[in-house]
Amino acid sequence: MSVHVQEEPFDAGQVLNKFSAQQEGAGAVVSFTGIVRDVAAGLDHMEIEHYPAMTAKAIQAICDEARERWALTGVQVIHRYGKLSADDPIMMVLTASAHRADAFAAADFLMDYLKSRAPFWKKETTSEGADWVAAKDEDEDALSRWSRG
Amino acid sequence: MDVVYFAWVRERIGLPKETIETSAQTVADLVAELSSKEERYAAAFADTSALRVALDQELSDFDAQLDGVREVAFFPPMTGG
Repeated sequence: MSVHVQEEPFDAGQVLNKFSAQQEGAGAVVSFTGIVRDVAAGLDHMEIEHYPAMTAKAIQAICDEARERWALTGVQVIHRYGKLSADDPIMMVLTASAHRADAFAAADFLMDYLKSRAPFWKKETTSEGADWVAAKDEDEDALSRWSRG
Repeated sequence: MDVVYFAWVRERIGLPKETIETSAQTVADLVAELSSKEERYAAAFADTSALRVALDQELSDFDAQLDGVREVAFFPPMTGG
């Protein structure tokens, strides 16, 4: 299990191949790559701020919970911070399991939690100026899907 | 106690981190104390339902006790992923 919080770009294909090669007994690998989306006003760049003392710890806790809930052979999360442009990869989640259901569910869970519980904040700069991206209610609501009674 | 701010909370208050002496018992007490100090704090803390708080890097809430806490962080809802 590994968590990488980094400023540097990453090659999603390379990360996926390396992760897959490390899995033992996995019949399924799921990967999700989040990419900077252009916006209507034309994105000049996106700045991602984070809370260095908390970020890796918070992501690790989310990964630990995923491992507890599903039978995974491996989990990896990469999340970037700093200045990014449209089409740049922001983050990646990889999960592996014997059968696909566990890997799919765990990746879905990890994405929902990273959205609203990992301490990152995005600021978009367009031709109209710079503004913080607001959290969406549906992202917070999505967490209730995973509550256990 | 160290107090750290992120995103628009940091911008509105005008600094990323400060060390303060406080006798506040809870996070809400600390918010009230800071808000009464200067207008920029009052502006940042005007609607605490739009804010999140972490105590020693763990998400917490505004009713939480500050006893033994070394670092308080205030920030807007997170937008990771």
